[in-house]
Amino acid sequence: MNYNWNWAVLLEEEYLQWLISGLGWTVSVALCGWVIAMTVGCLVGVGRTVPNRWIRLVCTCYVELFRNIPLLVQMFIWYFAIPELVPDDIGRWMKRDMPNPEFVTAVVALGLYTASRVAEQVRAGIETVPVGLKSAATAHGLSTYQSYRYIQLPISFRLIVPPMTSEFLTVFKNSSLALTIGLLELTAQSQQIAEYTFQGFEAFTAATIIYVFIALIVTALMHLLERHTAIPGFVGKDS
Amino acid sequence: MIALQNISKWYGDFQVLKDCSATVDKGQVVVVCGPSGSGKSTLIKCVNGLEAVQQGQIQVDGQEVTSKKTNLTALRSRIGMVFQHFELYPHMTVLENLCLAQEKVLKRSRDEAVSKAEMLIKRVGISEHINKHPSQLSGGQQQRVAIARSLAMDPIAMLFDEPTSALDPEMINEVLDVMVELAKEGMTMMVVTHEMGFAKKVADRVVFMDEGAIVENRPTDDFFGNPESDRARDFLSKILNH
Amino acid sequence: MGEFDFSVITNSLPFLGQGLMLSLWLTLLSIIGGIVLGTLLALARLSGFAPLSLTAAAYVNLIRSVPLILVIFWFYFLVPLALGRPIGSFYSALIAFVLFEAAYYSEIMRAGIQSVRKGQVHAGQSTGLNYWQIQRYVVLPQAFRNMIPILVTQGIILFQDTSLVFVVSLRDFMTASSIVARTEGRLVEMYLFAALVYFVICFSGSLYVRRLNKRMAT
Repeated sequence: MNYNWNWAVLLEEEYLQWLISGLGWTVSVALCGWVIAMTVGCLVGVGRTVPNRWIRLVCTCYVELFRNIPLLVQMFIWYFAIPELVPDDIGRWMKRDMPNPEFVTAVVALGLYTASRVAEQVRAGIETVPVGLKSAATAHGLSTYQSYRYIQLPISFRLIVPPMTSEFLTVFKNSSLALTIGLLELTAQSQQIAEYTFQGFEAFTAATIIYVFIALIVTALMHLLERHTAIPGFVGKDS
Repeated sequence: MIALQNISKWYGDFQVLKDCSATVDKGQVVVVCGPSGSGKSTLIKCVNGLEAVQQGQIQVDGQEVTSKKTNLTALRSRIGMVFQHFELYPHMTVLENLCLAQEKVLKRSRDEAVSKAEMLIKRVGISEHINKHPSQLSGGQQQRVAIARSLAMDPIAMLFDEPTSALDPEMINEVLDVMVELAKEGMTMMVVTHEMGFAKKVADRVVFMDEGAIVENRPTDDFFGNPESDRARDFLSKILNH
Repeated sequence: MGEFDFSVITNSLPFLGQGLMLSLWLTLLSIIGGIVLGTLLALARLSGFAPLSLTAAAYVNLIRSVPLILVIFWFYFLVPLALGRPIGSFYSALIAFVLFEAAYYSEIMRAGIQSVRKGQVHAGQSTGLNYWQIQRYVVLPQAFRNMIPILVTQGIILFQDTSLVFVVSLRDFMTASSIVARTEGRLVEMYLFAALVYFVICFSGSLYVRRLNKRMAT
């Protein structure tokens, strides 16, 4: 193997700044996307378990549509196709005046895609609430809304903390797809440094280490949350 | 044939076996009984090294189970074992269950293994089910297959770990009948069971365990006629009174 | 933009078909490689031999922390460097996918192996089967069977993941669609068509998984 090592390249001001700015975009896209994913995902996930079959149908369609199309294709559709498909003046605004179009598109695409996966976790969580508890709630005279609000949701949200951790991690990883529509997030920046300096090894190592750190921090935070919300004696995670 | 000398075992801080000693001579049948959690299943699993012990020695057919030098795999192939939950391989037919170890361990030819399997399946009375999968059989039938699977290895001794406790009551006897027959043919057997009728009928000795220790180890008639310890008397009165 | 023009799709069908074949081929090879390597990683992790299980755990956790695109970039850069000559985009991508997906498959196989009861291992041991024989004939066949629905689901995800070879311009279905979209100036039609094709394939796959689950539940 013939390779000239030069780790110092990472500390050169320009490239260091690229990495930091890349990290900033990665974290922003991931966190904003996660807010959308949690909001939409929880609504859709609960919607898949309610008695009303029309609501169930709409929510099921949402999940199937968004999880069976690759995120990359969805990203392109939001970026290239949607502005053409909406009414003219909105389309014109999206193409000309919308601030930060790459960022907004990436957040929307990532958020709505991740929502379909979050919804599945939420549904699974609600379905593992023992049937007896739901019957008990009904027997006590709680309404459907009250049964969700006070019994089913509090229990299932604790149950799904571990799978949610892995979804949250996935959002950070998937935010890298934003580079395909031109957003210079962490992966794109490391690729750019590799191309400019021919120091691919150093550039990719730096990006890898940053991603590992993000994963460690996220996992630690979620562990804290898990310990905080655990119900004594209730099976919360598979051991 | 089987000799346990002062064996002790811990799970973390909890001592499951306390200084247990017992022997099973060639051709003998020894029944191990005791309340649940008394360590009897753990004890029998130590005999062929499925569970490791931290102290003491175990010899089977003159070989040291506890020694690192012993080829444990080879030794195990000569000791049959029957489990509480049968542990038939669910993805294989009855015939394949019986042939696997014959071919892979004893290196018998396919024909040899099959004819041995057919002979044993006939002996335990389920020839018509030989090509079925275990899930298609009743519990009693599955346990008889499991016994046949062990016998296919021509074992020098057989270990039974609560062979009837997972069975519905009406199936217990069909399994016990096979075991009684084996005992009468002179098989060396160590049996963990609550079936005191079986013990009275064929056992030479009864070992009574409580809280990880061997409390009594006596000839069958003595044990049932005149138990020495309060704990054994208490146990027998609970188990025989219904 | 005026009316939709779907003739652009029919005109480029052979080109798109070639791309789809490459996507499917890459998916199939990656699934096989990923499962084989993933199973070995799972066995290493459960081996009880600390150096081996810690190495496997470190590998799996490392790979699971980084984006697939970064892994693809890594191997595009590393493979030619390590071998001293380029081996073509397809094989670089294949290596990246196998090594990446193996980490995910190993978690599935680990759960599968742990779903096989300890008594089955004891039964194998008590008849004198050695470690490899027990894994080969007793544990792994059952682990596979228990995990088939999840393995297929992961296969569908992998198929979607292959679209990411777009970032290195390997001509899979996604890249082919994108090339047609740009050269013909028909972005809307082409990306909607690509979405439809992916959807039909992946949705059929998930219906199949649902049927498998139902059959296994009975």
